[in-house]
Amino acid sequence: MGATFDYWKLTKTVLFYALVLVIVVVSVFPFYYAILTSLKSGTDLFRVTYWPTSISFENFRQVFSQGAFPRNLLNSVFVASVTVILALFLAVTASFALSRVRFRGRSLLLMTILAVSMFPQIAVLAGLFEVIRFLGIYNTPWALIFAYTIFTLPFTVWVLTTFMRDLPVEIEEAAIVDGATPWVIITQVFMPLMWPALVTTGLLAFIAAWNEFLFALTFTVSNDTRTVPVAIALLSGGSQYEIPWGIIMAASVVVTVPLVALVLVFQRKIVSGLTAGGVKG
Amino acid sequence: MASIELRNIRKSFGAVNVIKGVDLEVRKGEFMVFVGPSGCGKSTLLRLISGLEDITSGEMLFDGKVVNALTPSKRGIAMVFQSYALYPHMTVYENMAFGLKLEKGHSKEAIRERVEKAADMLQIRQYLDRLPKQLSGGQRQRVAIGRAITRDPKVFLFDEPLSNLDAALRVQTRIEIAKLHEGMHDVTMIYVTHDQVEAMTLADRICVLRDGLVEQVGTPMELYEKPDSIFVAGFIGSPKMNFLTGEKAEAFKCTTLGVRGEHMLVKPDGIWEGEVIHTENLGADTYVYLEMGQEEPIVVRLEGAMQHPSGSKLRVSPMEDRVHRFDEAGKPIR
Repeated sequence: MGATFDYWKLTKTVLFYALVLVIVVVSVFPFYYAILTSLKSGTDLFRVTYWPTSISFENFRQVFSQGAFPRNLLNSVFVASVTVILALFLAVTASFALSRVRFRGRSLLLMTILAVSMFPQIAVLAGLFEVIRFLGIYNTPWALIFAYTIFTLPFTVWVLTTFMRDLPVEIEEAAIVDGATPWVIITQVFMPLMWPALVTTGLLAFIAAWNEFLFALTFTVSNDTRTVPVAIALLSGGSQYEIPWGIIMAASVVVTVPLVALVLVFQRKIVSGLTAGGVKG
Repeated sequence: MASIELRNIRKSFGAVNVIKGVDLEVRKGEFMVFVGPSGCGKSTLLRLISGLEDITSGEMLFDGKVVNALTPSKRGIAMVFQSYALYPHMTVYENMAFGLKLEKGHSKEAIRERVEKAADMLQIRQYLDRLPKQLSGGQRQRVAIGRAITRDPKVFLFDEPLSNLDAALRVQTRIEIAKLHEGMHDVTMIYVTHDQVEAMTLADRICVLRDGLVEQVGTPMELYEKPDSIFVAGFIGSPKMNFLTGEKAEAFKCTTLGVRGEHMLVKPDGIWEGEVIHTENLGADTYVYLEMGQEEPIVVRLEGAMQHPSGSKLRVSPMEDRVHRFDEAGKPIR
């Protein structure tokens, strides 16, 4: 009886880890294969192998020496960072109002904000294009920052509103009694308590802006203003008939590394229990 | 340093009237306790005085000046919350200094001096560098009180500050608050509680609230000895006052006769007889519950540890000069 029980337990453990392995392999393999390909050179590229046979950094050298890629990388950093800063600033102030100030039509407004995020990108592309032309920011990074902020805000506002609603009211009231203005409450009392939410939403906004393709392709035309996803797609080889897989993969790896680094750095900041001790639980 | 006057104060949340016209005067340097059952509006009244809630109608005066439109900090109040409401990300020192930093015009040294003075008063100086989560409940509440003291308020408001503490700590903190009041003569204090022991022990005057209205205001002894209604009589005092109706009340020429448990004497020729249904022995006192055909059992408070087995009969008499007689409307007949 005891033996069969152990077998069952063992089977369950084995199945569980087998499932974990499958998930990890499926999700990591594409990226692994990209790294592998980026390290190959010449005709090696077209031989299917699953382990590195020879390592060459030629592709990486070419990516950085080729045309506007470093410039594109800087564009991406600029666009994504400004989008995050702008979106978080607007979202924090908006969510303070939406979670803490009682006014007529508050839930209707929240629903409207959510509705904005329901439209597919392609549906608003033409309209947005007109707005951007009208604002005179076509083919500048600001066009992308504008578009990305619009698409990031609904999510950011919702997450932060929910989070702020859960902060104890007494802490805010204590701050009011201490003579704090709403601005002081937001910046000195709420923001420090909201780090986990800010980091999470900021990170997601950054990733979304960093990887976005359609707007980036539409709102920028010159090599100097493009962001990396478009730049990679437009990388061309020596001739019309050659697709430079090695360089494309090297560029992709270069573009992914900052994201992985960001997540690893900020993961430590996402700690729970920041509000512990403020009020009686 | 401020006298507070409430003139026909009303507060409604939507269609719900919570405060229904309160007139009240709190004198300079007085310790006033608002007491009442839950939902009577005592916390709302405190929040109206603090300025955290807007007054629907009526006038609020501090030292004769209308403060209806002033923010809490402009009114010169400080408040201690039931849940402490400390800033979790700030150390104890930063928590206590926060209000002063916002006030501007205080030098760093002046702030430090005031925080340390308050910390010494409450014996929390050794915790100044800690975060709230590293403190126990009692210590946190002392920090919350310290934060209020540091700002040197004219009016000190307490919203059920002890209800989150355990029994032993509650008594200890109660004594500390009483000492605090002695040490700050000129500061007006208003304290909200549902615990009548806190009210009796701390208050200069007690304001009993019921259903959004003031039921009675007076010193603890006035309320105990001369309650203005059955409600106050039943609310103040522990164990609760006994109310007798029917023949037993008629014998005293009233509709309802109120007798406190401690004002009953057990004697062989007692005028009332009852059956012992339960005995609570508290060491110093014994509460004996007697069934006398009234709505609720009659409690008799006897000194010392007494043995009265359940089921036995007991004869008791009220002390003639300590009975409270009420008419049909629940008002006292004096």
